[in-house]
Amino acid sequence: MNIYVLVKRTFDTEEKIVLNGGAIQEDGAEFIINPYDEYAIEEAIQVRDAQGGEVTVVTIGGEDAEKQLRTALAMGADKAVLINTEDDVEDLDQYSVAHILSEYLKDKDADLILGGNVAIDGGSGQVGPRLAELLGINYVTTITNLEIDSDTVKIVRDVEGDSEVIETSLPLLVTAQQGLNEPRYPSLPGIMKAKKKPLEELELDDLDIDEDDVEAKTETVEIFLPAEKEAGRVLQGELKDQVKELVQLLHTEAKVI
Amino acid sequence: MSKKVLVLGEVREGSLRNVSFEAIAAGKTIADGGEVVGVLIGDSVENVSSEMIQYGADRVITVEHPHLKQYTSDGFSQAFMACVDAEQPEAIVFGHTALGKDLSPKIASKLQSGLISDVTKIEGEGEDAVFIRPIYSGKAFEKVKVKEGVLFITIRPNNIAPLEKDESRTGEVSSQAVDITNLRTVIKEVVRKASEGVDLSEAKVIIAGGRGVKSEEGFKPLQDLATLLGGAVGASRGACDADYCDYSLQIGQTGKVVTPDLYIACGISGAIQHLAGMSNSKIIVAINKDPEANIFKVADYGIIGDLFEVVPMLIEEFKTILVNA
Repeated sequence: MNIYVLVKRTFDTEEKIVLNGGAIQEDGAEFIINPYDEYAIEEAIQVRDAQGGEVTVVTIGGEDAEKQLRTALAMGADKAVLINTEDDVEDLDQYSVAHILSEYLKDKDADLILGGNVAIDGGSGQVGPRLAELLGINYVTTITNLEIDSDTVKIVRDVEGDSEVIETSLPLLVTAQQGLNEPRYPSLPGIMKAKKKPLEELELDDLDIDEDDVEAKTETVEIFLPAEKEAGRVLQGELKDQVKELVQLLHTEAKVI
Repeated sequence: MSKKVLVLGEVREGSLRNVSFEAIAAGKTIADGGEVVGVLIGDSVENVSSEMIQYGADRVITVEHPHLKQYTSDGFSQAFMACVDAEQPEAIVFGHTALGKDLSPKIASKLQSGLISDVTKIEGEGEDAVFIRPIYSGKAFEKVKVKEGVLFITIRPNNIAPLEKDESRTGEVSSQAVDITNLRTVIKEVVRKASEGVDLSEAKVIIAGGRGVKSEEGFKPLQDLATLLGGAVGASRGACDADYCDYSLQIGQTGKVVTPDLYIACGISGAIQHLAGMSNSKIIVAINKDPEANIFKVADYGIIGDLFEVVPMLIEEFKTILVNA
């Protein structure tokens, strides 16, 4: 089975966001593989181990993203591809990213493409479905279980807390929801092996993409931080009286009940 | 310049979801005097069309077909694209719901357009409209504009106020014929797990539990309080990882991002990942034994105490208020 995983390098969830000159400051921040993409990588490895084949992890970004690709290789992926857009384009939106990925994947005959259902930075969740549409293949988002039996694929998908049991077929793109699996940590031998696994670097030219064709359709005009929330009141007195006071406050002051 | 806006109305168990009314209001702001056209897709949806008009849609198109009884991206995209082809809209609004999140990128891809997802606020009107959306799960926000093509947005439930319902409003309801073919996905079964039918992302009140809840049974008083207030139960990652509840309840940077009117955090310490998912709630109440817990830093009101003592007292006290209300 020919398996591809879409991976994004994101801020560690522990990081605070600091603005510098209107942009998010990246210096000194820790970066990780987008947590939802980790589920996708784990699932890809499990499918390969059960069915045979090869797992290729793909990312779009700059040189720095190599680190996250190596981590994915250390987890057990076979090959990695970095589509380096650093020198070519400044701003990519979901339209651009899906377009670039589809140009890369269009002649790869992927049986299964996996990704996270959303990236914890941009939070749009668009790239997977957009890519599937461009490739002309089916997609299922927010999956929590995947079973492949030759051509038939059985999926459980999370829909706002309910579960949908779905049947579909390959080729297919799926996006991972929490609960799909427990992503493994890279083992020491895995980390050693990862250093020798192939990591291919491509630029837009290598994919015959003209920068104008992937120009973003949307534009971020400003980034700002939410107003600092001031610590509120910690109630005092007998617990029973505190509860009484709280309910009164919610009813008369905050007017939410 | 005024715009013609298509707004997808989402029907669940026979009723329109609140977010659809909010989407109509967003559509009005974008339309800048242009027409707001509601679109309803399903096997039998005509009965809710008048409600869309009462909430501000100028007219409604229904697309009905037996294959549209359940949502599939293939079926609904064919139905919606038939309306796009017939109407040639300049703008489109969906709710940022499970359905909206799944369908909107496919439509945007077909239209080769941008898509601004998860909008929480619109600044300005018509041409000058700028869309505000959370990034890093609400640790920051961005203002986004469309550079070219159709203006397509999805709006987060509970953030944009719907228009006042006007039962005297009338408008044309027409049906769009469609041929639904090549459905590649078959839904075999839907297992309902969501609490009392109130979805976390749309709930006005959320009672959330953390590690302090201690067990699956520990969620029972929280569920009772949620039911009393017509709300939903959520959880921190700690509670999910400890198997006290399903991952679908998780609120935080991984998990759901919620903005209810009232968020009551019970036995939640307030890790930064959790705060990212709920700190934009209108009113936050923290109940925790540990006075040093981080959650008190974002709470409007705090009670230092054991949730198993406080929550049952809260239930009794709310009952008194609700009876007298």
